Amino acid sequence: MTAREEILRRVQSAQVSTPGFSAPELSAQERPSTDTRRGRGIRRDYAHTRDLPDPLALFVERVQDYQATVIRTDPEGVAAAVATSLVGARRVVVPQGFSPSWVPEGIDIVRDEPALSSEDLDEIDAVLTRAVVGIAVTGTIVLDHTEGQGRRALTLVPDLHVCVVTADQIVGDVPEAVTRLSSSVSAGRPLTWISGPSATVDIELIRVSGVHGPRTLRVVLVERPTT
Amino acid sequence: MTSAHGRVTSAPMSTTATFLGMPPFPIAAREALADSQLRGNLRHATHTIRAKRARVAAELDDWEQLRVAGADIKDDVLANMGPYLEQLEESLTRAGASVHWARDGAEANRIVIEIARRHRVQEVVKVKSMATGEIGLNAALEEAGISVWETDLAELIVQLGKDLPSHILVPAIHRNRAEVREIFLREMGKVGMPAEADLSDEPSELAGAARRHLREKFLRAKVAVSGANFAVADTGTLVVVESEGNGRMCLTLPEVLISVVGIEKIVPTWTDLEVFLQLLPRSATGERMNPYTSTWTGVTPGDGPQEVHVVLLDNGRAKVLADAVGRQALRCIRCSACLNVCPVYERVGGHAYGSIYPGPIGSILTPMLRGVGTDESTDALPFASSLCGACYEVCPVLINIPEVLVHLREKVVDSHRGGVPGTLQAAMSAASWTLGGSGRLALLQRVAGLSGRVLGRRGLIGRMPPPLSRWTDARDAPAPPRESFRAWWARTDGDPGRAGSASKTPRKGGEQV
Repeated sequence: MTAREEILRRVQSAQVSTPGFSAPELSAQERPSTDTRRGRGIRRDYAHTRDLPDPLALFVERVQDYQATVIRTDPEGVAAAVATSLVGARRVVVPQGFSPSWVPEGIDIVRDEPALSSEDLDEIDAVLTRAVVGIAVTGTIVLDHTEGQGRRALTLVPDLHVCVVTADQIVGDVPEAVTRLSSSVSAGRPLTWISGPSATVDIELIRVSGVHGPRTLRVVLVERPTT
Repeated sequence: MTSAHGRVTSAPMSTTATFLGMPPFPIAAREALADSQLRGNLRHATHTIRAKRARVAAELDDWEQLRVAGADIKDDVLANMGPYLEQLEESLTRAGASVHWARDGAEANRIVIEIARRHRVQEVVKVKSMATGEIGLNAALEEAGISVWETDLAELIVQLGKDLPSHILVPAIHRNRAEVREIFLREMGKVGMPAEADLSDEPSELAGAARRHLREKFLRAKVAVSGANFAVADTGTLVVVESEGNGRMCLTLPEVLISVVGIEKIVPTWTDLEVFLQLLPRSATGERMNPYTSTWTGVTPGDGPQEVHVVLLDNGRAKVLADAVGRQALRCIRCSACLNVCPVYERVGGHAYGSIYPGPIGSILTPMLRGVGTDESTDALPFASSLCGACYEVCPVLINIPEVLVHLREKVVDSHRGGVPGTLQAAMSAASWTLGGSGRLALLQRVAGLSGRVLGRRGLIGRMPPPLSRWTDARDAPAPPRESFRAWWARTDGDPGRAGSASKTPRKGGEQV
């Protein structure tokens, strides 16, 4: 018998009956409605959207909570905001598909065609990308590594990541983000969810920013949806 | 074998420490309790994370509903494990990943070694993973002549210190900064880029030393090994949740990626992650979101590893699934919230549990994965709890740990039946006789009152001879009062004015019924 057959036989013979076999108790509430959409008997009474008075302001506040900086700008001011965010970086990798009008003058742009080696990337000061979704409640930006975002290594090896997010990309909380991202996942795209710069609490639970990923994250939030 | 810190000498032929042969919990716990530095570190650590978790969980007014959904989704997986496994295999294969099945740890280790050998590598980089710790992958790789570089900061500290993890989330929590500095200065140079000689013990500098030490290993690594927090059956997507970026390095830069995934890590659909990506970070580090979450679906052309392997690991999980009470432990998402609130873990730390899974969840998971009735250390674990229930209250997937603990205690006792009655059974027989008649109880209470004058000091009973020492060595027991309530009532008829001073025994030790 192969390992596959044996494991499948073992889980089959475990004879687990129906879902909810040890249904957890919820105060005195009645058993709430089940998810008929998929009919798996799963209670989904959590919030699927969050009612936020000002999602953009919350997004900014929550990103800043992670010691990342945010510059809010209108579409005309993006290049200037990017220039401010890139201060101190000389060589900047800019992925294919990143809007040229958002790239400030006077920086040394490195292209990833042909693909840079990991060692090459290690010599580069910063990376400039877009994102696909921003999550207000958690202060998270998500990349699906399509146009303007580059392959995953680009936003990992350089020490400074500048990310331009547009207002229409901001959603309330995780469930809304998961819904928006489902087409990327179905298409087989990898995702990177980023909440502030790299961090660790492994020594005495003291939070230290920056271990292996970019030690600095700067977000530019473009307020009016661009076309 | 263990020092006061629970450090374990390395096994022969390997630089990797092992939990094998550790003393059972009561002995290991006594050593740990004697270490006041360790207790101080642990108290600080557990109270800090505990407070953060409580704060961010309270931010979401639908937290309880999320917990219910998390439990329900996992229960659905457990109830339909076979079909979901086949679906996951199909999705992964369609996405270009190679799927392997491993009945136990040894088989999983063989699969990983074989893939590494096929690529003729001398080393692999590793993302922190509980499953690979459980199966002893590092030791197996080293025996096969392949070096393993742990890349999570805490795992690096543990590995360089030839130490053992003591916490699921922050495995080096038993070490303070001075110890970490000493380990880095002494060990880094032996296996790669040395730490700078003037390294201070500031956490930020120590993290910087780890960054420099590991960077060359990341850049040259051909093969990486990871676990996965979640495996999505309908899309074939694997998920790794982390903080430092070492995970991203391992998942992105090497050419070959091997992920060892316990079969219970499945979630049915991508949408189900909307629940767990809220529950896990808030329960684990007490953050609204962890710094990095990576998801990948097989091979992405031109981005990341172009050869992707997934090893689906049983190693006792199907056996747990067959236990109607215990199977809820397979809902566990390894957040470690139960460790941080546990009064026992807080005092003894992780090493005393003798397993990669310490704390309350370890006390149920380890005996079920290993099976009870064969080894003393494992059988001691279900008893390493006061059953206070704090773990159940914080568990993001509603695992009723106290219920499973009691269930496993029964199983342990059952497995030892057939010999002479134990102390517990003898005590219960005596209690049965005593409580069988009021005269017997009154008699015994008079005797106890007298004996209390002999045994008690400051209202407490000190050390008793065996077998009673098993109770009194670890606990203060109140001395019996000189006069029982029944006797007092009979004498005074309940009138405090007539109470007199028959008893001067302090009451703080507890009332006698």
